[in-house]
Amino acid sequence: MMRFSTLLRNPAPWMCGTRKLPGIVISSRIRLARNLADYLFPTRADASVREAVREAVLPGVRGIPGMEKAFVKGMEDLPGVERRVLVERHLVSREHAGAEAGGAVVINRPQSMSIMINEEDHLRMQAMLPGFDLRSAFTHLQEADQHLEQQLDFAFDQRLGYLTSCPSNVGTGMRASVMLHLPGLVLADQMNKVINAINKIGLAVRGLFGEGSEAQSNLFQVSNQTTLGESEAEIIDRLERVAGQIIQNEIQARAKLLAERPDFVRDQVGRAYGLLRHARIIATKEALNHLSMLRLAIDLGWLPPQNEGDGNLDLVILDLQPAHMQWHAGHKLSPEERDMRRARLLRERLHSLPEPDMQGGAEDASADTPPNES
Amino acid sequence: MKCDLCDNKANVFLTQIVNGKMQKVNLCEGCAKEKGVTDPTGFALADLLFGIGEEETVAGAPSGDACPTCGTTAEELRKSGRVGCANCYQVFSEGLDSLLRAMHKGTRHKGRVPDHLVERMSLRERKRRLDEEMDKAVREERFEDAAKLRDEINALGDGEGEGGSRRGATKVKAEQPEPSETA
Repeated sequence: MMRFSTLLRNPAPWMCGTRKLPGIVISSRIRLARNLADYLFPTRADASVREAVREAVLPGVRGIPGMEKAFVKGMEDLPGVERRVLVERHLVSREHAGAEAGGAVVINRPQSMSIMINEEDHLRMQAMLPGFDLRSAFTHLQEADQHLEQQLDFAFDQRLGYLTSCPSNVGTGMRASVMLHLPGLVLADQMNKVINAINKIGLAVRGLFGEGSEAQSNLFQVSNQTTLGESEAEIIDRLERVAGQIIQNEIQARAKLLAERPDFVRDQVGRAYGLLRHARIIATKEALNHLSMLRLAIDLGWLPPQNEGDGNLDLVILDLQPAHMQWHAGHKLSPEERDMRRARLLRERLHSLPEPDMQGGAEDASADTPPNES
Repeated sequence: MKCDLCDNKANVFLTQIVNGKMQKVNLCEGCAKEKGVTDPTGFALADLLFGIGEEETVAGAPSGDACPTCGTTAEELRKSGRVGCANCYQVFSEGLDSLLRAMHKGTRHKGRVPDHLVERMSLRERKRRLDEEMDKAVREERFEDAAKLRDEINALGDGEGEGGSRRGATKVKAEQPEPSETA
């Protein structure tokens, strides 16, 4: 079985992979909710029922193709800091980090699939991939689903589809989402308009950590709100079309900013570079917002891509999250200590980052940005 | 479009975000007035749909009822927004159906069916799905796909003898949201 430290040392490609530039779509994810027909749902079940559910589903989950040597843990066996690290890596939900008896998590070795047992539903399975690739993520997950349904009797109704704890998931039980990096729309003050438009068509925009979380580092999750009345393919199609549109909006916003306010963009990037390389005390939020500007600089060709080694910006973003800071320190940190360690981590990890070359001219940079994301 | 609470024509359309979830309700003028929704600040859609806090129960199980399988009451369901087990969907079907209609794109599952249930799925249901797919194919001018689907539908129809007659009707229905399935 995979150990926690192994899991942490080997982040998945969807967390820090190389992406085609501009790297606007960070990752794609599909989640399926499933329940066993003959057991009370986790929010209603007592500890003994929840444990019985775990025993009932674990053999099947371990047997999913690709789950060999997986990371398998009861949530009660994970210290608080490790649970929170998994949340920061998007491998378990915030709700599941506080799971009661019977809660468990199973993660395959490449960390492209994670399965929560006894979250709000008996099974919450998700598949993640780098870049814009919802269909492949869905295919992987469907294989897992088909494997499980051969041995487990899922709660399913001919009219309502898969039955879930919350009526908002009933039907396909599927949530598809893409993580988008949208600094152009944020700098151009257009993000609220975009969010409103997306909400109107039955899709949701959320922050870095899903429902109720704040947008950090200009990262936004766009996902379907509705699960009943459309097939999985229709839901994915719709999300793809909308995400494609947002990508175009982002590309246009960047081009417009560079054409009309080039010095403003250069100033943002230059400040970010200076602060991240020289600050001695820095909070998570501030660091994340500046890192977004470095990402933008890479997209614009002002900085070389940081794909290899410690300087990979995705890895830096993971490692400066509070639970990651604490886990690496090996002991609890006061907020002040954390802010100082975070500044040191940034100086170390970004020390070989060259100064952004912003002389190339805004026109060139925007012209180089190919709209080939979809 | 019909009123969610009676069969009159709806002309009051409401959308509300409750706990981050969007809910929609369509009402006729009479029901809107009766429920006091002309003042949109003074009510929550869930309350309205489950009829709690009103003198008479609008839709859904009477508030005293509990699911015999898991013991969840209508009141608990309203508060938590979570059912306790699969059977709750039967027990609270009336209230949940209005909620689902307000929340989702439709009231019928169109997605995947567990492999072993496909066989057991009633002939009618399978045909209904194929009909929908065929209509879609026609709309999108994928005529080859449509022809294949027509053959599949006919093959099913031969078995039960309720072949082509339903199809014309479905075509008309497809233009409208869902027919009154829950009524």
